Amino acid sequence: MYKFLKAIVTGISVFLFILPAYGLEAPKEQVKGLDEQVQEIKTDVLSIAAELNQLEEKLLYPSDTQVAIFVSMPQGEKFRLDAVDIEVDGKPVAHHLYTFKELEALQKGGVQRIYVGNVRTGEHALQVTATGKSEGGSDFRNGESFKITKNVGPRLVGVVVAGTGSNSITLKDW
Amino acid sequence: MSRLILILACLLFATPSLADDAYTSKELKDVYFGEAVYHAFQGEWFQAISRLDTELWQHRRVDEPALDTLHFHRNQAEFGVGDFELGYRMHQRAGRAMTAVIEGNVEEPVRNDAIYRLARLYFRKDQPENALHALERIRGAVPETIRDDVEFLRGQILMANNRFPEAARVFTDLQKARGLEGFAGYNLGIASIKEGKEQDGRASLDRTGQISGDTPAALAIRDKSNLVLGYKLLDENAGDKAKPILERVRLNGPFSNRALLGSGWADASRGLYERALVPWSILAEREVTDPAVQEAMLAVPYAYGKLNIHGRAALLYGKALDAFGNEVDKLGTSIDSVREGKFLRALGREELKQDSDWVVKLRNLPEAPETYYLLQLMASHDFQESLRNYLDLNELQKKLSVWETDLDAFEDIIGQRRAYYQPLLPGIDRAFKQLDSQIRLRMEQRERIRKRLTAILTAPRPDYLATAEERIATEKIVRLEQALAVHGGTATAAIRERIGRLRGVLAWNISTEYDQRLTDAYKDLHDLNEVVDKLKKQYEAFVRTRQAANQSYEGYDDVIRRERGLIASAREKAKTLMARQGETLETMAVDELTRRRERLEQFRINARFAIADSYDRASRAQTEENVGNQTEKGVGQ
Repeated sequence: MYKFLKAIVTGISVFLFILPAYGLEAPKEQVKGLDEQVQEIKTDVLSIAAELNQLEEKLLYPSDTQVAIFVSMPQGEKFRLDAVDIEVDGKPVAHHLYTFKELEALQKGGVQRIYVGNVRTGEHALQVTATGKSEGGSDFRNGESFKITKNVGPRLVGVVVAGTGSNSITLKDW
Repeated sequence: MSRLILILACLLFATPSLADDAYTSKELKDVYFGEAVYHAFQGEWFQAISRLDTELWQHRRVDEPALDTLHFHRNQAEFGVGDFELGYRMHQRAGRAMTAVIEGNVEEPVRNDAIYRLARLYFRKDQPENALHALERIRGAVPETIRDDVEFLRGQILMANNRFPEAARVFTDLQKARGLEGFAGYNLGIASIKEGKEQDGRASLDRTGQISGDTPAALAIRDKSNLVLGYKLLDENAGDKAKPILERVRLNGPFSNRALLGSGWADASRGLYERALVPWSILAEREVTDPAVQEAMLAVPYAYGKLNIHGRAALLYGKALDAFGNEVDKLGTSIDSVREGKFLRALGREELKQDSDWVVKLRNLPEAPETYYLLQLMASHDFQESLRNYLDLNELQKKLSVWETDLDAFEDIIGQRRAYYQPLLPGIDRAFKQLDSQIRLRMEQRERIRKRLTAILTAPRPDYLATAEERIATEKIVRLEQALAVHGGTATAAIRERIGRLRGVLAWNISTEYDQRLTDAYKDLHDLNEVVDKLKKQYEAFVRTRQAANQSYEGYDDVIRRERGLIASAREKAKTLMARQGETLETMAVDELTRRRERLEQFRINARFAIADSYDRASRAQTEENVGNQTEKGVGQ
């Protein structure tokens, strides 16, 4: 019995020393081979995704009529953005509720494409509403109206939500 | 125990973090780059790569890249693609992307950052020589944010290449590096021991085992150092030295079970079985699936036996035997369950993946009892890689399936557009042709007027600016003069004079109003230009709309057919690979469960022998006690 327990201790000791490399002895080569094949199929699918994106854009959002709206926040903003609503010419076109991850990505400087659609050339009304909680914990709901002009070629509209006060929603041309 | 899983999950299953400021340090100029980064910050690698790849592809094809907004982020984007691919575990492509950055015309810090990532990639892929070779290419300025990480990686790589003295020097220099204190100390200890400097190694592990700090990482590395040092001492029969070291390990930490087992053994090795019972008894009450707990269930009765309490020892051996029997049955059921595919189904559950503790939550699923026994396996690199591949393939399958439906919808849209436009367009084209010829005619007229006006600026021609009435009057005068020439004989001088006067009046008016007329003509031409510009815009808008109408349903058939073929082929491949990947995971799980079952069966054999032995000793002791009592009675009588 003593020997048996001694063997256990020795075994655990060895295990601890090789901990970083510990793993199943399992089919290493098989795992590696499969991993390489998975990488290949990821490459294939990414390439299909790129082609489909182009096809979708050409078919559904031709450049003559395309309008895309992007939401961003200045880096370091601490307020919590819960939702953004977008209306174009009085029609609601996008309503987005933010997850924690999405909000964090915006706060770090990422830009979210919230809407892509089609409009005629000319002037259009854009209404943006942002709701959330300020850093102090109070609820806020801000809305701003803008005019945007659609010319020939895609129109990329940036919506910057920069705080919880009035006039905190501004437009940015991309 | 769940904390162990949590830590292992955090260490091994966490998505690789991005160096955020590598992407947001400059003012954002390209919205699509910002969008790719948005996805990457959320660990949505597929979308991030797809977006950035497309953007880079387009950027490389523009005539003047300097005018493209991605130009401002070109290096970040090239670097980002590799970084995101690394996140998506496309190591081959990531390696190529990083190499391209390294060999490209980039600033020194960016290049060195890329080398660091490439080296880390090689290290993770178990290619320490390549990793070392890559790190040796670092020259000049290294970004401040990764300076210590580079050195720490260098130390790890040197260890993996069995270059322990150099590794020890690297870790020595990192002793005070912020955030790496404990990790550098632990690795220094291991490197020193491997180098043969036992005392130095132990001293380093001892120091690391006493570092301050209450972050989860500091607590974990402190526990690990103490555990490693404690077991090393135990292995060398230095139980007295091992005991205080093992007692430093937290009782509720991820290494506590093994520490309690070792602590008991440190006492037992010195014959202090009563003291050994304290940690072993605590341990024996914990989660029975843990190997250390199972060992403690044998160690406790063993200690009672050594203390000559054989009856209690026999009872506890019996209890352990029952528990092992139950676990062996559970393992058998689990093996069957894995073979029936329940394990894979549990791994694929969506709601689990929404939770960062999903590996822990998995244990609570009634259909996945096996996960209790698979914690170590699930934390191993190979299993994690295989599992992520399996989940990635699952995601790819879903994407491909959605895309097939999208293509159906696209075809439907195209069909509807064709049905709408095809009958309309011939009539529209005919009407447009007529309008087009009229427009061309008017444009030619306008051009002629413009040329005349330009010409008379240098060679004045007042007659060109005569009004319609004046031109008619001039023609009439000409006709009268011709008539006079034929019938001149009868005409009076007065008539000739009147005709001459009329011609003079016309010439006078045209000449005296010439400047005003020229100005008016230019003004009219200018007004006409505005109308013509409007007309041109309308014309171009019509042409664009007409083209768009055609393009909305023509030219897609081949593309869609091709995409269908690619999707079908990718789906087939993904399906086959997913089946193979799933099989590998199941094999790993079954092997692990079988290994644990065999181990428990061995424990059962030991326990049975130990029960028998304990009963023998207990009976013998009882007999001896009875004999002793009778002898005492006899002596007393």
